[in-house]
Amino acid sequence: MSQEETVTPQDDLPRPERVPFFQRLLDNPFLLLFLGVVMPTVFYIMWGIMEIATLPVAP
Amino acid sequence: MAQFRVCPDSGFYFDKNAESLMKANAVAGAVFLLIAGLLGLGVILTRWQEVHLLPADVFYQVLTGHGINALIFWIIFFEIAILYFASSTLLRTRLAAPRWAWLGFALMIIGALMNNIAVLQGNSSVMMTSYAPMQAAPHFYLGLILFAVGALIGCMVFFGTLVIAKEDRTYEGSVPLVTFGAITAAIIAVFTIASGAIILIPTFLWSIGYVGHIDAAMYRVIWWGMGHSSQQINVAAHVSVWYLLVGVLFGARPMSEKVSRMAFLLYILFLQLACAHHVLVDPGLSAEFKVFNTSYAMYLAVLASMIHGLTVPGSMEVAQRQKGLTKGMFEWLRKAPWGNPVFSGFFLSLVIFGFLGGITGVVMGTEQINLIIHNTIYVPAHFHATVAVGTTLAFMALTYLLIPVLFRRQTFLPWMAKWQPYVFSAGMTLMILFMLGAGTLGVSRRHWDMDFTGAMLAFEYPGTAYTMMAVAGIGGVLGVLGGVMYLVVTVGSLLFGKKLDESAGLLQGFGVPLAPSSYTVEQPERLPMAPKLAVEEHGSAGFEAPGTFVLAMFLLVCFVVYYFINWDYLASVWPLS
Repeated sequence: MSQEETVTPQDDLPRPERVPFFQRLLDNPFLLLFLGVVMPTVFYIMWGIMEIATLPVAP
Repeated sequence: MAQFRVCPDSGFYFDKNAESLMKANAVAGAVFLLIAGLLGLGVILTRWQEVHLLPADVFYQVLTGHGINALIFWIIFFEIAILYFASSTLLRTRLAAPRWAWLGFALMIIGALMNNIAVLQGNSSVMMTSYAPMQAAPHFYLGLILFAVGALIGCMVFFGTLVIAKEDRTYEGSVPLVTFGAITAAIIAVFTIASGAIILIPTFLWSIGYVGHIDAAMYRVIWWGMGHSSQQINVAAHVSVWYLLVGVLFGARPMSEKVSRMAFLLYILFLQLACAHHVLVDPGLSAEFKVFNTSYAMYLAVLASMIHGLTVPGSMEVAQRQKGLTKGMFEWLRKAPWGNPVFSGFFLSLVIFGFLGGITGVVMGTEQINLIIHNTIYVPAHFHATVAVGTTLAFMALTYLLIPVLFRRQTFLPWMAKWQPYVFSAGMTLMILFMLGAGTLGVSRRHWDMDFTGAMLAFEYPGTAYTMMAVAGIGGVLGVLGGVMYLVVTVGSLLFGKKLDESAGLLQGFGVPLAPSSYTVEQPERLPMAPKLAVEEHGSAGFEAPGTFVLAMFLLVCFVVYYFINWDYLASVWPLS
């Protein structure tokens, strides 16, 4: 068997470029949607509601 | 089967359904801008104490209508048009679920009309904020809820269109930066609408008697999750428009796509936390909540705005210098097309947003110096700089671009279009600067009578405050004139502008498609990935744009000086030993 015959079709394909983590993050609009809703919900809405809800009621 | 047309002048592809929806939303936005502007004239001519046009009850009614039409209806209709443009046109794909998109549009129209009728009937003069326990008519809240549902459908159609484009592989690599900015705007819109639903649905039920009590403090916190975030949609949207306009006008590429995208990511994560600056003097919320949300997290969003403020003019400078405009520091700017309203509108929007809106926003977001100006007329001055000039003028500039491209008409009265951005921005800047001054002297916002006529506790503002409000009034009238010029040009273009396509008739200006022969069923060519700029390889193009760098340093110096003047002023009104 010659050397050429051992080459598989996959070997001919260019190796896919590794996509960096941040690019994968930025390319996923639904992950961004999740982050963009969770952040203000936790740090603004939920934190704010908890502080108002735990205020002692005036006698 | 999707049908597309390609604009022979710009090369933009338009899906037939998306094109009609863009036109309908943009025209609806302009109608509500007209209402907002006319009501705004009533507001400013009443706050000008020597004129004092309207009686108290009408003033609060008109102020309510002005706020909602300007800050919600005009802006969001136009933004939905931008979302469809940024997804369908820029990604060269068909619009997802056009019937749903029309349903969303219909709900927005019904909601906006219902809300306006409630205000016109006179029993809903509760201001845009409609703070509980003030109660408006049920259809005031229902109108807002229907409008929000419609806008949410628009956002879902936008996300669906992104999915179709990815599935159909209509573009290579990542989505273009302008589309990424639109994604940011849509994400903020979803949070905005969710916050609105949390507070407006119970408030509507309260107005019809199904809920017994709405807690005033709770209402304020959650309402501002909607109220302020709705203005953050504008920031993301108009920054995207800036990137689009410098690309179209100058062939400019962002100095660094990576940096610009990271700046948009900072918006997604932190911009909405700035809602907290509205509750900085509210009792019941801890200093930790206030300081974290406004003075730590918010500064990351401010950083993002400063990045955009540097990279947008910077990319324009790089493009201009590549064309040979390299003399001195500012030849690239001096020889920019100042007579083209697309450019002048964009650039004035950028400068006024940064210098007036940006700097005052940071001052307002600082807990201590916020005390000087909280609930004074300084606050509307700030958001007129960000929204009325930053966003509105950017959208006006985009309209001038779209009249021939989308509506296929030549601009009507081009001389008026040329002057319009200058008249509008000069008037608004005058109004903003003098309202800022009056606010620093303590003049209240949302107040009918500076004289406190008949009040049990008399109070007298210094004479300077009256002068400042009078000059602000003159500026406001000039700003309204600029708004009228915009509407004359845009409506005139749809009615009387020379046709660039034979079938671009009257109805086509309002959403009816062009003649069938204008469209083809052929899928547009795939959008190629832009080659990397040489400067991107080593990460920075800072000194490729020295003029922009000087402008940015000037902004920074203005900011630092103004910031410390405010601290000094605080020390003088609040002496501590």
